[in-house]
Amino acid sequence: MRCLVPDSAVSSPDPIDGGSTVTHYSIFTLARNALDYHENWPEAWRSPDPQPEYDVVIVGGGGHGLATAFYLAKEHGITNVAVIEKGWLGGGNTGRNTTIVRSNYLLEGNAHFYEKAMELWRGMTAELNYNVMFSARGVLNLAHNDAQVDAFQRRGNAMRLNGIDAEWKTVGEIRRMAPLLNFSREARFPIYGGLLQPLAGTARHDAVAWGYARGADSRGVDIIQNCEVTGMKTEQGRIVGVETTKGFIKARKVGVAVAGHTTQLFDMVGLRLPIESHLLQAMVSEPVKPALDTVITSGAAHCYISQSDKGEMVFGGDLDFYNSYAQRGNFPIIEDVVSSACELFPAFTRLRLMRTWGGIMDMSMDGSPIIGKTPIEGLYINGGWCYGGFKATPGSGWVFAHTIAQDRPHKLNECFSLERFETGYVLDEKGAGPFPKAH
Amino acid sequence: MRITCPWCGERYLSDFTYQGDATVERPSDPDKVSDAEWHDYVYLRDNPKGWHDEVWHHTNGCRKHFKARRNVVTHEIASTAPMSGELTGGDK
Repeated sequence: MRCLVPDSAVSSPDPIDGGSTVTHYSIFTLARNALDYHENWPEAWRSPDPQPEYDVVIVGGGGHGLATAFYLAKEHGITNVAVIEKGWLGGGNTGRNTTIVRSNYLLEGNAHFYEKAMELWRGMTAELNYNVMFSARGVLNLAHNDAQVDAFQRRGNAMRLNGIDAEWKTVGEIRRMAPLLNFSREARFPIYGGLLQPLAGTARHDAVAWGYARGADSRGVDIIQNCEVTGMKTEQGRIVGVETTKGFIKARKVGVAVAGHTTQLFDMVGLRLPIESHLLQAMVSEPVKPALDTVITSGAAHCYISQSDKGEMVFGGDLDFYNSYAQRGNFPIIEDVVSSACELFPAFTRLRLMRTWGGIMDMSMDGSPIIGKTPIEGLYINGGWCYGGFKATPGSGWVFAHTIAQDRPHKLNECFSLERFETGYVLDEKGAGPFPKAH
Repeated sequence: MRITCPWCGERYLSDFTYQGDATVERPSDPDKVSDAEWHDYVYLRDNPKGWHDEVWHHTNGCRKHFKARRNVVTHEIASTAPMSGELTGGDK
């Protein structure tokens, strides 16, 4: 597997704050714990009861919420923070995605934001002292006709102009990268070339949530699991706290990062949003020996595939295309994704499908996220991630922490404001119009 | 998920295309609405977690549009009706 991480991106580990009891993970702590059969590892984070009051309450203990808390503490010195999660950490979309990390976007706003996230991905394992298994194995978008070749090359050029790595790959080069692909001219999806982002790749999704949780906790953030927010209290247009299943928690500022339930939270303060909740499925095959060392995507076949470190082929495809809050889908999409995967990789017809699952996507009206202020003072939104939330995790937390701390968006998320739908400055990467299921 | 087309009867999901929230109403005179009202119509949705009235198209059948009241948590369908008809059932 190629590892193209530039030296400059691997910074030395950030020192954990003084007074903390957090164990620094290293080969030495591993060896020391091996001596007593790994039975005495300390907990990676505390499980405190909520305090009556915080400077900032983050609703949602997924990657985005935890990253926000981490960067609030690390970059802005705000440590009187609670992250409130109704289930367990990373049990929502953080643990349900296909782990792909990339920034191969055409539009300016998206390009710079996602590239910031890529920069943070490269240094994340060192920054968190937690192995998130980021693997810069490249993401290749296959082109199956002349029009796609033109469109992809245009996007590749736009990426390079924005300082993002992009390379056009010919059929011969793709043949060497992924020999199992179907290169027949008779194929349903004949391969004409592909756009590669070499520094894109995958990361271990659960580890991202756990790493940020540990990093935030060590800086004084309270992480409160199994605690559902049931109401939000405002006074004269200002947020004053949240009602939870563990009582009322007073807060000067509240940031909401709850993916598919974003509109549910904002219903509590009477705000309607340009978001619909939709269902996206993913699936894995049985584990097999290494066969695919990059990420292959095909927009035409509606399929993206990579091989996990355990050996499973990880597949994803389209939405189920109807509004849903059920974390499970229907069979037609599974069949569609699997048949696309088998068309692209004929050898995969021999694989058995091991698991399928679903997650709830907060599909926005232009396909881009919403990160910023709301009409209610002290209440901030981080949502509308559609099906691209995982790759944004560090960048999302980084700009959201800035937005909350400074009470104004960072330059990188100005374009993701909630007002853009009123002012007409929508960021529609796909040009699909105000139809959430189409993005 | 199986859906009952008001004209063709019960069919499998793959016969149909989802066409969105049926409660959204286009302002009758677009020239007279404010920007805020137009924004509301084009972009804002209730997105309820429970019973949802929606439009479906019997794409691979009679190609007619119709309405359905569907629970978006359980995927249960309480009733379907022609576009001019009334939906019943659910606790809506």
